[in-house]
Amino acid sequence: MATGTAVDVVMPQMGVSVSEGTVTRWLKSIGDHVDADESIVEISTDKVDTEVPSPGSGTLSEILVEEGQTVEVGTLLGRIGEGPVVEAAPPPAATQPAADEAAPAASESVAAPVAPQPAPPPAQRESVETEPARELEHAGNGHDRAFVSPVVARIATEHGIDPATVPGSGRGGRVTKKDIVSFIEEGPAQTPPEATTARPEPAPRQAAQPQPRPAPAAPPTLEPGEAIEPMNAMRRGIAEHMRRSLDTAAHVTSAIEVDMSRVVAIRERLKPELQRSYGVNLTYLSFVARATVETLRDWPWVNAELRGESIVTHNYVNLGFAVALEGGKGLIVPVLKHAEGLNLLGMARGVADLAERARTKKLLPDDVQGGTFTITNPGSFGTFHGTPVINQPQSGILGTYAVVKRAWVIRDENGNDALAIRPIMNLTLTYDHRLVDGAYAGGFLRELREKLETWGETDY
Amino acid sequence: MRRDKRVIVIGEDVGVYGGAFKVTLGFQEEFGPWRVIDAPLSETAILGGATGAAIVGMRPVAEMQFADFISCGWDHLVTVAAKQRWRAGTPIPITVRLPSGGGFSGGPFHSQNPESSFAHIPGLKCVCPATPADAKGLLISAIEDPNPVLFFEHKHLYRRVKGEVPDERYTTPIGEARLHQEGDDLTVVTWGAMLYTAAEAAAKLDDLSVEILDLRTVMPWDKEAVLASVRKTSKVLILHEDTKSGGFGAEIAATIAEEAFADLDAPIKRIAAPDTPVPFSPPLERAFIPQVDDVVAGLRELADY
Repeated sequence: MATGTAVDVVMPQMGVSVSEGTVTRWLKSIGDHVDADESIVEISTDKVDTEVPSPGSGTLSEILVEEGQTVEVGTLLGRIGEGPVVEAAPPPAATQPAADEAAPAASESVAAPVAPQPAPPPAQRESVETEPARELEHAGNGHDRAFVSPVVARIATEHGIDPATVPGSGRGGRVTKKDIVSFIEEGPAQTPPEATTARPEPAPRQAAQPQPRPAPAAPPTLEPGEAIEPMNAMRRGIAEHMRRSLDTAAHVTSAIEVDMSRVVAIRERLKPELQRSYGVNLTYLSFVARATVETLRDWPWVNAELRGESIVTHNYVNLGFAVALEGGKGLIVPVLKHAEGLNLLGMARGVADLAERARTKKLLPDDVQGGTFTITNPGSFGTFHGTPVINQPQSGILGTYAVVKRAWVIRDENGNDALAIRPIMNLTLTYDHRLVDGAYAGGFLRELREKLETWGETDY
Repeated sequence: MRRDKRVIVIGEDVGVYGGAFKVTLGFQEEFGPWRVIDAPLSETAILGGATGAAIVGMRPVAEMQFADFISCGWDHLVTVAAKQRWRAGTPIPITVRLPSGGGFSGGPFHSQNPESSFAHIPGLKCVCPATPADAKGLLISAIEDPNPVLFFEHKHLYRRVKGEVPDERYTTPIGEARLHQEGDDLTVVTWGAMLYTAAEAAAKLDDLSVEILDLRTVMPWDKEAVLASVRKTSKVLILHEDTKSGGFGAEIAATIAEEAFADLDAPIKRIAAPDTPVPFSPPLERAFIPQVDDVVAGLRELADY
């Protein structure tokens, strides 16, 4: 919050479940000039690394939290002051885009967009990363400020106020009715000096916006025979995340064919037993997931992420499963935490539970975050190959496809080639070539195939 | 009954025994077996008899021993009594008293709150008093009303709640809510025994100013009072002991969404019992019926929204 000519730089909130962050690097030194929106400090939370844009222009006058220190959200990190200009002129234009940039900070944050809903689509989770956290006055507040409740919208319209200029005290920084009423009663004078001048003109704000947010453009004109519907939040989230993932990672896909004979036979045997004893449906996916977790241990970069300049590996596997929602519209990726500790039964049960809760909207915010690797299973539709998009910030996604009977060349006991009918499944690994090379991915797939083809009677 | 000879009481064990909950204790001694009638175990007969008596000019007050049993008399009540006035122009001024609600391990047959089933029937009125004074005022209104009125008496209130009741005759209008406590931050809309759950929850939240609206009657319900409160606080929690899906809270929520959408600052919240029969087991029943802590959590969530 700005006081006088100084502007405070605070630790931003990155979703409600994140309460602290670590300063990894100051990008400016004391005495350096910094422009509004320019990255000033790098911070990280348990899994996200991001840069905080400067809330204003001026000279970095104080650094209060040194590199390596971990502090609570909202803590004052430093001050910008005594600069020639503290961006007084078009205030909201200056402050808001700044926060827009800050939003990538909001990585971790299923929480933000999700707060009002019980079942947050994971797509949204990533979407938040670019969701504008519009205000800087409350930079400690993080934010999905985008949601405007009906009563706030009405009051804002009646008074000609842009809700984005009102400091929000609701969940995730949302502007509540009380906020906007007191904003009107007390007047904008209550807001920090830079924001004192009138309301924001939408135009400069958009112009200053660094990222092309879907502008509230006029609805497209319709030709005869066309129909139109607005994108819902999940759709927008998916759209944003897919695009961003492709813009971020160097996607490469490798495929391998797996003879599933042993898995099919063992599943036939175990399935009724698990159904009877535990009420659990043993799917092929459980086998693949189990083998994947085992294999990831030997190929840790497939279960890693690029965080800034570093490669971060995990000694655990939080396994995401892409779950299609009703009618194939919408997608959510619940995460099975610590899948490395689950046997076949636990895996089957965990996947069934997540899928069920995904479809009935009973997922909790924590259920969709923290994934380290993802499996997508379009094979249930009979498709035999695909090139899925990586779930950022992970470095790989495994595609499992339909098990189909194929004529397969095998070697018989006499060493002669013979044709056999075998259940074959295509597996794809789509990986981020920035981190994972082709040989490494191939090694992963080969070992995964090996595990599935030699599945032991007593392997659980 | 002293004032109006047309008023009669009919029900199972309402006479000699004084009613399962002793509501009519001493009535038969004072008014005799022709005005306080011990009926056979047949809700159909009780409601059919009451309807017939009403057609010939009486003001019957029928008692279902438990509200749950009214299902046996559905046909007479819903097909005949509720529609008679529209069909034949004959008013049916009957009052059906319904000991309802749970909280005492009565199990699935003795604990239900079926008000929403009947609120849905055009021609019936549903009254759910929460305080002793309202019970008296509304009962008199019900008896005087020319339509069939279902009078839900929450069993848990019979001996738990005490309050001043004026001696003189007075009526409480059907369809008028009572502002139980005024507040600015949140609105709770409730009725019957849940009023006390709401009040206890609100008392635990010192930092919040909670307005509690006691609906008193769910059909007709005081839409204006609810909308006025929602317009003031913009956040509303609807609390009822009946199960959630299709409970009367759904109607209230829908009306608020239709008529006060632009006044909402948070999603309308409902707290109600889950969609199962009422369990016998005390811990399960506690989990079933909304408790003070549930309401505290719900209010907190709304406040933080």
